[in-house]
Amino acid sequence: MWTIGPIGFTAPWLLVALAALPILWLLLRAVPPAPVRRRFPGVALLLGLQDRENETDKTPWWLLLLRALAIAAAIVGFAGPILNPKPERAGTGPLLVLLDGTWADARDWQIRMTRTEALLDEASRAGRTAAVALLNDIPVGEVPFQAADAWAQRLTSITPDPWSPDPESVTAWAQGLGGAFDTFWMSDGLDYPWRPALLSALEARGGVTVFETPRPVLALRPPVFRDGLVAVTAIRSRSGEAAEYTVNGHGLDPAGIPRVLAAGTVAFAPGQSEAVLELSLPPELRNRIQRFEIAGIRSAGAVSLADDALRRREVALISGADAREGLVLLSPTHYLEQALEPTADIIRGTLSDVLLANPDVIVLADVATLAQGETEVVLEWVRNGGLLLRFAGPRLAASDVSRTAEDPLMPVRLRAGGRSVGGAMSWGEPKALRPFAETSPFFGLPVPSDVTVSAQVMAQPDPTLAERVIASLADGTPLVTRKREGQGQIVLFHVTANAEWSSLPLSGLFVQMLDRLAVSSRTEARTAEDLAGTTWVPDEVLDAFGRVSDAAVLPGIPGEVLAGASVGPDLPPGLYAGEDRRLALNVTEAGTTLEPAVWPARIAVEGFTVEEETLLKGTLLSAALGLLLIDILASLWLSGRLTGPRGAATAMVALALLLPQPAPAQEAEDIFAIEATSEVVLAHVITGDRRLDDMVHAGLRGLSQTLYQRTSIEPAEPIAVDLEMDELSFFPFLYWPVTPDQPLPSDEAYAKLNRYLRTGGMILFDTRDADVAQFGGSSPNGRKLQQLAAPLDIPPLEPVPSDHVLTRTFYLIQDFPGRHASRDVWVEAAPPDAELVDGMPFRNLNDNVTPVVIGGNDWAAAWAVDERGARMFPVGRGFAGERQREIALRFGVNLVMHVLTGNYKSDQVHVPALLDRLGQ
Amino acid sequence: MTEAADLRSRAEDLAGPLPPLLAAADHLASTVLLGDHGRRRSGMGDEFWQYRQAMPGDEARMIDWRRSGRSDVHFVREKEWQAAQSVLLWIDRAQSMAFASSPKLTTKSDRARLLALALSSLLIRGGERVGLTSLDFPPRSGELQLLRLAEILADDATGDDYGTPEVRGVLPHSRAVFVSDFLGDVSAVEAAITKATDRGVSGAILQILDPQEEAFPFDGRTIFESMGRSLSHETLKAGDLRGRYLERLAERKDRLSRLARATGWQYDCHHTDRPASGALLWLYRSLERVQH
Repeated sequence: MWTIGPIGFTAPWLLVALAALPILWLLLRAVPPAPVRRRFPGVALLLGLQDRENETDKTPWWLLLLRALAIAAAIVGFAGPILNPKPERAGTGPLLVLLDGTWADARDWQIRMTRTEALLDEASRAGRTAAVALLNDIPVGEVPFQAADAWAQRLTSITPDPWSPDPESVTAWAQGLGGAFDTFWMSDGLDYPWRPALLSALEARGGVTVFETPRPVLALRPPVFRDGLVAVTAIRSRSGEAAEYTVNGHGLDPAGIPRVLAAGTVAFAPGQSEAVLELSLPPELRNRIQRFEIAGIRSAGAVSLADDALRRREVALISGADAREGLVLLSPTHYLEQALEPTADIIRGTLSDVLLANPDVIVLADVATLAQGETEVVLEWVRNGGLLLRFAGPRLAASDVSRTAEDPLMPVRLRAGGRSVGGAMSWGEPKALRPFAETSPFFGLPVPSDVTVSAQVMAQPDPTLAERVIASLADGTPLVTRKREGQGQIVLFHVTANAEWSSLPLSGLFVQMLDRLAVSSRTEARTAEDLAGTTWVPDEVLDAFGRVSDAAVLPGIPGEVLAGASVGPDLPPGLYAGEDRRLALNVTEAGTTLEPAVWPARIAVEGFTVEEETLLKGTLLSAALGLLLIDILASLWLSGRLTGPRGAATAMVALALLLPQPAPAQEAEDIFAIEATSEVVLAHVITGDRRLDDMVHAGLRGLSQTLYQRTSIEPAEPIAVDLEMDELSFFPFLYWPVTPDQPLPSDEAYAKLNRYLRTGGMILFDTRDADVAQFGGSSPNGRKLQQLAAPLDIPPLEPVPSDHVLTRTFYLIQDFPGRHASRDVWVEAAPPDAELVDGMPFRNLNDNVTPVVIGGNDWAAAWAVDERGARMFPVGRGFAGERQREIALRFGVNLVMHVLTGNYKSDQVHVPALLDRLGQ
Repeated sequence: MTEAADLRSRAEDLAGPLPPLLAAADHLASTVLLGDHGRRRSGMGDEFWQYRQAMPGDEARMIDWRRSGRSDVHFVREKEWQAAQSVLLWIDRAQSMAFASSPKLTTKSDRARLLALALSSLLIRGGERVGLTSLDFPPRSGELQLLRLAEILADDATGDDYGTPEVRGVLPHSRAVFVSDFLGDVSAVEAAITKATDRGVSGAILQILDPQEEAFPFDGRTIFESMGRSLSHETLKAGDLRGRYLERLAERKDRLSRLARATGWQYDCHHTDRPASGALLWLYRSLERVQH
C-alpha cells in the first residue's frame, strides 16, 4: 500500500498510466466527431457550397478535458484508492488493555468496547497475548495474559461501575506489576491523583498508548432548592466551547406513570465548566420529581437523584384561638413557623380547609378538641399516611381530652392538670432531657444541656406507654410520645410549641427533632451528627449507565457512614431509605468538579473513533462512467444530433424531467366557497329526490331572475347544498323542501344547521302540501318536518302577524301564496311584551331575522322558470292564477329582502318620531 | 388495385366539397371536340347564347323568324360555342418526391398524387378530358379515365433521383399542370415549359416541398445524400450552410415564378404540412382563370 495524505492505493503502479494522458489528448484531438448521414432531397441545392470555417474538425478543448478526466478517473479508480486506510500497529509481546471502568466511561462504553475489540483483533492477528483489566476491578496477582481471542469473547461481560477506582489498591497494584508488556490505556478523561504513579509503573513495563475521547465528561450535581427555585448544576470536564444540554426532571405523574415532568436547558458559556439550570416548579410537581438527567447521556454522573432535600413537605399549622393578639413571640406556632419556613411549605387555615390540600403534616398547637366530624376525617387522613403533630399547652392541659379513655387522635392518655417544675411556686429544678433511647427516631442526636422543661402535661401510665415514648425527661417522664395509626402516626410533644413551658423550641435540637420526624426536610448536607444512630437501607441503586434499579437485598448502611461518604463498592449511588426519610447518594456531591486528565507529552493520546476505511474505487469508476455519459451527450450535441429534428423531442424530455409537477388542482371546497361567496347566492337543500331538487333549483332561479329585474339584489345561479358536506355559512337563505322519504341529517350536519340558524341564517321549510293538509302533523310531509326540525334550535313560532316586517320589506303584501294559497305561514313569534304604541302603525317586533319560515305553499313551483325563462308550472287558473304567481314572487322578494336587510323596514316605524324630534 | 381504389376514394373525399371545375378555354382549336362547356362566345353548340340583329352577310336561314316577327328588325339566334378541354398532368414520380421528414407528414409524392387525382376528379366531373403529358396516356373524359389514372398514379416511384417534365404528349392549346418539387435540373423544366408554351399550352406549376426542405434545421458534421444516393455533399458545419441553402431555394422559387410569368403560367409552392385543399383550390382557380 502506498499512501498520499488520507488516501492509500492498493495498486499504485497503475497510476503510471496517468502519464499517458497527454498522448491521449493529442490522439483525441486529431479525430473529429463522426459525420451524420442524412437523406435530403435538397442536396441538389447544396452542391458546390464550401464550409466557411473548419474549426470543428478538431474536438473542442472542453470535450477533450471531459474525456481526459473520465480516463484519469478510471485509471485512479482501478489503482484501488482507499480513504483512511488502517495503519498497521507494530509491536510484539503481551498487550494490556487497561480500562478505568468508571461512570465517566459509561457514556462511550460501546465505543470503548469496539475499540478494545479492534485492538484485540489486531493483537490476535499479530499473535500477541493480551489482557483486559478494569481499574475498578483490579485483577489479583499477575496480569492474566491470555490469547487475545479469549478476551474478545469475554468483553461483553465487562461493565463499568458507578464509582471511581480506589486509589490505594490502584497504587498497590501498580507497584506490584512485573514482566514486560505494552499498554493501551482507555482513559475515562478525568484526572485522578493516582494516574501519574500508575503511568510511570506501566511505562517501566513497556510502551503506553492512551485512548481518550475529546468529548467532555458531563455530570449533574445534586439538585438544590434555593429561594423557591430548584437549581440543577451541570459540570463538565473541559471548559471549551459553548454547549447546551437538555436536563429532564423525571417522576411519576398523578396517574403513576413515569414521565418527564420538567425540562430545561443548561447552557455552558465558553470557558466555563459549570452551568446552572434554575427551574421554578409548583410544589405539586416538584415533590413528584425523582431524578434529574441530562438527556441523551447514559452515565451515572448525568443522573442526579432527588431526595427529601428537594421535597418540600406541606405542613398545616393550626393553633388554638389566639387571645393575645400581637405578641408574636408568645404565639403558639411562632417557633414552628421559624423552624419550618426554610424547609417546608406552610399551610394555614381551618382544619377542614387544610385537609382538602392533603398536607404531609398537620400541626395542632394546643388544640384540645376537634369536632366529631373533623376527628373522623383527620383520623382517616392519618391512617393514609399523614403525620399529626400535636403540642400541649394550657388549653390541652385544662381540657378533658384523652383523660379517661385514649383519644383516637392522642398517642397517650393524659393525667389531669399536668405539672410544673422549677417555677416560683414549685419545688425542684427545671428538668433536662434524658439521652434518646436506641428505639427512638431521635437516637443519636446530641442532647444540649441547656434545654430544660419547666411545665408539661403528664402521660397516664398505661401498658403501652413505654413503647410509645420516644423522648423523655431526665426523671423518666415522657416528653414526646408517638402512636402509629395505620400508615401514619400521631406525635405529641408534652410541652408547648413556644418557649412558655420549655426552652426546647429555642434550641437547635427542636429543628433536628422535627427533621427526624420528617416534618421538615433539610437542604444542607447532612453531617454525621445528624445521621448518627440511624440505619439506611438502599432502596434504589444507580448503575454506571445511570439506570435506576431496585436495590433488592443490599445491606443497610449506618447513618454515620452515609454522611459525607463518597460512593464506592460498599456504598453504591442510589436512594437510601431511613425510617421516614429518603436520602439520595449521587455520584457527584455539591462541591464536585471534573478535572480533565493531563498526560505527559511523551504519551501518545489517540481518539476512539476508528475512521472507517472507505473504498473509493466504485465512486471513481462511476464518476468516470458519468463523465463518459456526459461526453456522449456533448458529442451528440456537437455533431448536431441533439439540435436537429430530434432536438425538440430531447428538449421536451429534458424539460419534462426538469419542470416541477404542475400544482395540484384547487380543492373542490375552495371552488365551492368562491362560487358561493363571490355573489349573493340563493341555496336549497338537496333532498335526494332528483325531480324535486331540479324543480326547487328552477324555482330559485326564477326568484333570482325576479330579484335581478326588480331590486338591487342581483343573485347568481342558485346552488344546491349538501348538508353533510358543504359549508352553510356562505348562504343567507336556504330553501328546504320537505319530502316524506328524505334522510335525516347527521349530528354534525345538525350542529352546522344550528350554528347557521344562531348566526343569522334563515331556512324556509316548504312542506308543499297546503292544498291537502293544514299546518301541523296531519300529512306525511308535516310529520317529516317535525322529525327534521326536532333537533334544530328553533324559537317559538306564530302565524305571520299582519304587522310582521315580512309584509313590507319590499312589497306591501298580506298573503304569502305559492302554488297553493294557504294562510298558514309561520315565523318566529313576537316577544310577548311587544305592544302597539299609539300613533305607530306597527308594533316594534323582533330585532332580528326570523330563523325559520315554515309553510306548505310550494313556492318554488310558483317561482320556477326553465332555462329560457318560461314558467314551468301552472298556478291557479287564468288571470287569477297569474295574479297569485305574482304575489308568490312578491313574497319571495320580500323574504330575500328580509333576510338581507333584517329589521330595516321595521325601523321605519320610528321615522315619525325622528322627524318630530328634528322639529319638523 | 386496392391501393388505387384507396387513393381514388381519398381523392374524391378531397374533391367533394368543391363545385365542379369549369376550365376556361381561351382558345378553341379545331382539334377540340364539341363538349358541353360553353365558351362564352357564339359558335357551334346546342345552348342558346344570344339574339343579335341580322347583319348583311348573314344567311337567311340563320334568321330566327319567331323572334324577328315580334319586331321590325331581323334577329339572328346565336348558339354558344361549346367545347371540352384537355387538361394534361405531369406528376413527378422521381425518388426525391418520396421524402417525408417526419412519419407524421405525407411524402411529397403522396401529396402530389392526391392533388392530381382530386383535380382530375373535378375536371372529369365537369366534363373535361384529363390525361398525362406522356404519350401513353392521352386525354379522355369519363369515370373510366379517372380509374385508369388512379391506377397509373398508384404505381411507385421511378428510378431517377430528380424528375424531368415530359411534354411529348401535350396537345396544342390544351392546359397542363406540372406538379413536382423542382429541386432537380431547372433548365430541363424551363425547356419543357417553353416548349409547351410554344404549342399554345398554358397551365400551372405546383411546387411541393417538405417543411424540412424549407427550414434546413441541421447542424454539425453531416453528409447529405439524395434519395437515390446519386448525389452527396459533406459538410462539417451544416448550420453554417443554412443561410446559403435558403438563398438558393429562394432563387429556385424565384426562377420558377419568373418562368411562369414569362410564359403565362401560374406558379405556387405548397408544403406537405399544409392542408391539401388549399393547393387544390389554387389549382382550381388557376385553371379557371381566363387568359386572352
